[in-house]
Amino acid sequence: MASGRSDRAAVPQALKILVAGGFGVGKTTLVSSVSEISPLRTEEVLTSAGEETDDINGVETKRTTTVAMDFGRITIAPHLVLYLFGTPGQDRFMFLWDELASGSLGAVVMADTRRLADSFNVIDYFERRGTPFMVAVNCFDGVRTHTSTQVRTALDLEQHVPVVLCDARERESVKEVLITLLEYILRTGGASATK
Amino acid sequence: MNAEDWESGWLDEEAGPVVRPYAITGGRVDPAGFDLIAHVVATVDDPARGQTPEQRAILAAAARPCAVVEVAAIVDLPLGVVRVLLADLHADGLIERYDPPSTPDGPTEQLLQAVIHGLRAI
Repeated sequence: MASGRSDRAAVPQALKILVAGGFGVGKTTLVSSVSEISPLRTEEVLTSAGEETDDINGVETKRTTTVAMDFGRITIAPHLVLYLFGTPGQDRFMFLWDELASGSLGAVVMADTRRLADSFNVIDYFERRGTPFMVAVNCFDGVRTHTSTQVRTALDLEQHVPVVLCDARERESVKEVLITLLEYILRTGGASATK
Repeated sequence: MNAEDWESGWLDEEAGPVVRPYAITGGRVDPAGFDLIAHVVATVDDPARGQTPEQRAILAAAARPCAVVEVAAIVDLPLGVVRVLLADLHADGLIERYDPPSTPDGPTEQLLQAVIHGLRAI
C-alpha cells in the first residue's frame, strides 16, 4: 500500500524559464498574464551563506531576510508543464540564481527603458553562465518611446540576442515573448550551453 | 480591546511566523537538493500516524503529482524547510520523487518544438 499508487505516466515533464529583471519591472505581471494559476509565491530564508551580501543596514534587529519568488505554470500538454519563475534581480539575491538557471531552458530579461541600468547585472550573469536569454522591454504605458535597436545599443547586446518590445499585461504579447525565446534557442542551439 | 481580542489579534500575518522557520526542521538545512520543479507524490491516502502538522500539510498538497515549489507555496513554508521535510517523508517512503530529466546537452529540438506549438495553442 505504500507504493505503486502513483502512476509514473501521470507525472509531467517539468520545464522552466526564468523571468529576470530589476525591482518593479513587471516580472510578476508577465508571469500572471500567461500562467494558468494565479502566480504563487514561495519564500526562502537567507541563511548564513547569504549573510555577507545581505544588506541589513538600519534593520539591526532583523536577523533573517526572506526572498520571495513568484512563479506561474503553463500546462503545454498533459505530459509537459512549463514553469515561469520571476526572480529577484538584485545582486544580493544572486545566490539563488544558480539553482534557478540550472536546467532552465533560458531566460527573459525584462527591462524598463527608464532604468536600463537595472538590467546590466542580470545580463552579465546570463552571458557569463552561457544561459540563453533575450530582452523584453516592458512598455508599461503603451508608449514605445525607444526602438529595440536603441535598447540593444544601450545594453551593448550581441546581435543575435533577441530584443522585443512587449506589454507584460497582454497575454498574446507575453506568448510572443516566450515563443521568441524558444525559437532563438532552437535556432542557435543556445540551450546546449545551459548547464 | 478585551483580553480575548488581544490574544487572537496580536499574532496576525504582520507578526510573521510564530515558530522560526528552521525550528520546524530541528535546525537542519536542505540535505538532498530536491529540484524546484521536481515532482512529488504522496504514496498513502491517509498519512495519519506520527507526522507533524507540516508534514501532513505537505502530504495533502502532494496527493497528486505536485512540483516542490508548488508544495512550498501551498503549505506556505520556506523552500528550504519544505525540502528538509520532503527528504524525511521520502526516507519514510511516504512520498515518491520524480526529478526532472538531466539534460546536459540541453533540450531536444523536438521538445522545444512541442513547447512552441503548445504556447501557440493556449
